[in-house]
Amino acid sequence: MGMTIAEKIIALAAGVPEVKAGDIHTVNLDRMMSNDGTTHLTVDMYHNKLKHPHIADTKKMVFIVDHNVPSDSPKTAASQKKMRNFAREHGIDFWEGKGVCHQIMMEHYVRPGELIFGADSHTCTYGALGAFGTGVGCTDLLYGMVTGTSWVLVPETLKFNLTGRLPEGVYPRDLMLTIIGTIGANGANYQVMEFTGDGAKTLSVNDRMVLCNLAVEAGAKTAIFEADETAMEYLKARGREPKAVFRSDADAVYAAEYTFDLSKIVPVAARPDFVDDVVPAEEVCGTHIDEAFLGSCNNGRIDELRVGAAVLKGRKVADHVRFLVVPASQEVYLQALEEGLISIFMESGAIVMNPNCSVCWGSCQGVIGENEVLISTGTRNFKGRAGHPSSRVYLASAATVAASAVKGEICTADMLQERI
Amino acid sequence: MSTGRIFKFHNDLDTDQIIASQYLLLPSIDEMKDHTFESLDPDFPKKVKPGDYVVGGENFGCGSSREQAPSVLKALGVKAVVAKSFARIFYRNAINIGLPVIVCKELPDAVKTGDEMELSLTDGTAKANGAVYTCTKLPPYMQQILNQGGLIASLNKEEA
Repeated sequence: MGMTIAEKIIALAAGVPEVKAGDIHTVNLDRMMSNDGTTHLTVDMYHNKLKHPHIADTKKMVFIVDHNVPSDSPKTAASQKKMRNFAREHGIDFWEGKGVCHQIMMEHYVRPGELIFGADSHTCTYGALGAFGTGVGCTDLLYGMVTGTSWVLVPETLKFNLTGRLPEGVYPRDLMLTIIGTIGANGANYQVMEFTGDGAKTLSVNDRMVLCNLAVEAGAKTAIFEADETAMEYLKARGREPKAVFRSDADAVYAAEYTFDLSKIVPVAARPDFVDDVVPAEEVCGTHIDEAFLGSCNNGRIDELRVGAAVLKGRKVADHVRFLVVPASQEVYLQALEEGLISIFMESGAIVMNPNCSVCWGSCQGVIGENEVLISTGTRNFKGRAGHPSSRVYLASAATVAASAVKGEICTADMLQERI
Repeated sequence: MSTGRIFKFHNDLDTDQIIASQYLLLPSIDEMKDHTFESLDPDFPKKVKPGDYVVGGENFGCGSSREQAPSVLKALGVKAVVAKSFARIFYRNAINIGLPVIVCKELPDAVKTGDEMELSLTDGTAKANGAVYTCTKLPPYMQQILNQGGLIASLNKEEA
């Protein structure tokens, strides 16, 4: 029986010729990533709960401080210090303030064919390079750190045939929010979302990251693209070689198949408080906003900063709006500086912040107050996600977020154009 | 068989509601647990008693991978979470820390906060308001992790 890309990666990691959905296998993990959202608890468990504390292979471990950075309180500082000291003591790769964890992983570590655990739900991003990345909690992470292995229940795969090409002014984020709105917040629960077809070929690695990153918002265990020449170019430019390059067999088994015509996608927004409450952006235009956010592991890369800057150029952020721009990594930040994008943002009145998770996770920067409204390129719009429980978050593309920041209410880039 | 009160929550209950981001970097689960369900019911940590149950709808525990979510429930003495379906990371985390998570399709719609429930993990049944509901049993592999008190307890046993 044929296998999907995800099944082939699990089979390789399990050292068996074939796996099928529903099997449970012990797998060797290629890499494990942990950030400051939970690592202090992992370190505590390592010291206090293990009978024989040890690390199977420190070279497989990456620790990244990205959630509350720079630290916002003495308690945060203490938790991060615990993580920092542990990394130094054990010779674990350690990153702090250099970028959001998934961006760092994509820039420096992820290889096609790898099986990667990350103590963060958006670890599914790595499918953009044909890797199987999945989010776990700190106990799973600790078990993996000690044994180098874990157990995996082989998930079913859903096939998403993408056809056509996105129209101008419509972005991969509009596409992925549309897909989530169609299949629902548990539409891919414990399944793999495999993106394929001619439409998939038109997408850059940056675009593919946008799609894979949000797969967890449909409940997916991960999402994946075939590592084609586009992925290999990205990898080569960064001096990495693949572990293994897989494509799904013609007779691979899929739990269901969907087709999305990219040319039919329009700018959309996810309304508070659910990521799958997706409507055409037009429907929410006119909604008053207090803050706008351009950044996150979903949408804070150079492509999105370019889109945001193009909208903002020669315009001003509305007086009553705080517009936070947060590059996903220092590499992205430096490129934006070189391209003059940061000047455009600052001249328009935006607040440019250090690379980190920022208001996307609502604990560090830009937290919003009672009844305030945020429009965001972040990952989630759950109740209170960005601050006060009564506050509300709309999710949209970089273009829609930037246009809304200028207008002071939700507005698409096209509509902003028309009114000049 | 153990009896406890039900605290009922909605479909697509995300882990941000169980424990908000702003508390995750506190030094310990013990400090975090006083903020459990703060956005939905700030008095929950005071009201819940050891042995009580959390009941949800579809896709319980969606969103963030924060293991703090099942951990604060366990620390408050929640005996088990019963829902129509669970989001996968929450489900796995709960088993890993030794908090029973039970899939039961019919029960959630038939109960409300304050009702009493009797749950038998061994029989896979729940009793509430005079009716008995059959729950889905865990796959043996996961049941074994739960029986040993969670993944780290089972690791310590393996490495003993």
